[in-house]
Amino acid sequence: MMTEVTPRARQQPLLEVKRLSVDYVDPSQPPAQALRDITFTLQRGEALGIVGESGCGKSTLMLALMRLLPAAGRIVGGSVQLDGIELLALAEREMAALRWKRIAMIFQGAMNALNPVRTVGSQIAEAIRLHEDASDARTIDRRVGELLDLVGIAASRRNQYPFQYSGGMRQRAMIAMALACSPDIVIADEPTTALDVMIQAQILQLLSDLRRQLNLSILLVTHDLGIVAELCDRVLVMYGGVLAEYAGVDAIYNTPAHPYTQELLKAFPDPTRPMQRLASIHGSPPRLNDLPPGCRFAPRCPQVFGRCHLTQPPVYAITPDHQASCFLVEAQQTREARHA
Amino acid sequence: MHEPLLRVRGLRKLFPVGRRALGRSPDQFVHAVDDVSFDLAAGEALALVGESGCGKSTLALTLLGLETATAGSIHFEGNDLAAAPASVWKAARRHIQMIFQDPYESLNPLMTVGEIVAEPLHVHKLAPNAAERRRRSVAALEDAGLKPAEHFLARFPHELSGGQRQRVAIATALVLEPRLLVADEPVSMLDVSIRAEILNLLADLKMRRSIAVLFITHDLGTVSAVADRIAVMYLGRIVETGAILEVMTTPRHPYTQALLSVVPAPNPRLRRQHIILQGETPDPVKLPTGCRFHPRCPMAVEKCRQVDPALQTVGGTQAAACIRVGEA
Repeated sequence: MMTEVTPRARQQPLLEVKRLSVDYVDPSQPPAQALRDITFTLQRGEALGIVGESGCGKSTLMLALMRLLPAAGRIVGGSVQLDGIELLALAEREMAALRWKRIAMIFQGAMNALNPVRTVGSQIAEAIRLHEDASDARTIDRRVGELLDLVGIAASRRNQYPFQYSGGMRQRAMIAMALACSPDIVIADEPTTALDVMIQAQILQLLSDLRRQLNLSILLVTHDLGIVAELCDRVLVMYGGVLAEYAGVDAIYNTPAHPYTQELLKAFPDPTRPMQRLASIHGSPPRLNDLPPGCRFAPRCPQVFGRCHLTQPPVYAITPDHQASCFLVEAQQTREARHA
Repeated sequence: MHEPLLRVRGLRKLFPVGRRALGRSPDQFVHAVDDVSFDLAAGEALALVGESGCGKSTLALTLLGLETATAGSIHFEGNDLAAAPASVWKAARRHIQMIFQDPYESLNPLMTVGEIVAEPLHVHKLAPNAAERRRRSVAALEDAGLKPAEHFLARFPHELSGGQRQRVAIATALVLEPRLLVADEPVSMLDVSIRAEILNLLADLKMRRSIAVLFITHDLGTVSAVADRIAVMYLGRIVETGAILEVMTTPRHPYTQALLSVVPAPNPRLRRQHIILQGETPDPVKLPTGCRFHPRCPMAVEKCRQVDPALQTVGGTQAAACIRVGEA
């Protein structure tokens, strides 16, 4: 039984992703199934956390949404609709016109991506010039000032070079560049990984303020469940290229249904409970070109049973807003139905 | 009183800045570590916490003899290393080992795991023959949780996962049977689940092998699984210290309170008020007057501009360097 649910269907979502699948092809090997049947929605102004260990497909998903997959990446199925426009059907030229203007991305480690020999202000101006039709120098100049102000950089620092900025300031500059064309959606891929906790808190606060101020939708990609708990409304937990669990933050943290989500939470240290032993998930995520026959998490799952080794479980709806792909959910539902 | 394994007193490390090359003596210094004192017993773990630039890594390098102390003493097993000749250092260094942050860059890509782990034995001329080196390498790899070790000996770093690489780095330290492990951000590059494994491993080494651990990190969220005590550093000084439970539950220094408030809560129901300090750690050359923290301190009063507070006991195991602690 495949349960197709559109969560919070009452509202037309800004972004609607349905059964998105991506392969990485390598002529010498079987294709790697990097993404399979990823389905989720994003509302205007919503922050969705995409969570999972390295190699679970988070970054592939983001690159597929931007249609920026590396040469070996192939979108092999599904649909991505932005405000009703099917992005996967667009010609590259049409997609290029949309990219950065509607969906922008702050890349992982992006603060090291600034050009070291040009001022920060001129790099932001270039981002505006390339994607907006504005060519009038004064308009661009004013926009650069606005953007720096928006991300909390003093206008007086626009003529400085990246090396004169700290890591936190460079990350703010990268956020300013992502916002250059007033996008609806910002994809932030591990935006704070390389930063100190206090600077991380400043950047998260900035993203949260921008979201409110600009009614921005945010896709936050991270392996840090704490950051997601701080910033996001909903969470998509990925494992081995498939959806493991998708729900509101409260359900993810307090009534997680998928064993993978449960294990991830146990591995996360609670600073208020010193000297507790952390649970770790033994083993590592599957190789995507050599997947186990059944559930992709089965080899590491502490609650595994016979059926898990045979087929990948479908996505079950626990409530209209809470989904998980685990046979335990079905078993639970069967038990409840019998008691009802 | 029982002598601790490591006793650091009044440790200072200043880096001269300016144009010494022109024959002028430098008139300005970076106060990287400025009058730091602490003890560390065998089998105990101390977390040294602070933002980038607070001096925590310089402190570690000074303890390892990779930087020379400007002033102060470092007593390790009774010997003052700060004043010691190279021969004493070399003997001591075998017992003080370091684990670095990045397991992708700290292992030689051209050497096998077996060669990497055996190299310290060569350097310290500890194992006379190949069979002995292999025996010790295997034991160290297994202690670091790579089992069966024989399975890993012939592999190269690129064939290993991030967590396995960090275990190889730990094995390289363990092979010398150290008494003190200095771990500088050992988990900040790792995924959550691997992070938990490495933190558990450090906790085990501490308990089972009585190894002392100096755990250096900017992330208060990761210290509680390993450390018994904590020292919070700001601009070269320890501003608060105490038993982990006390400091984590009732931080007394405003800086510790702020640092703790921004650790992401592990549950949205525990979201709390953040004390977000604006700006960044100031220039360690031009130190603020009075309390070094006052320009960023949400509780600063006029007196904080003038008085440089000393670390003083504030109850239980806790000490804090703040004139406002204890005020009603």
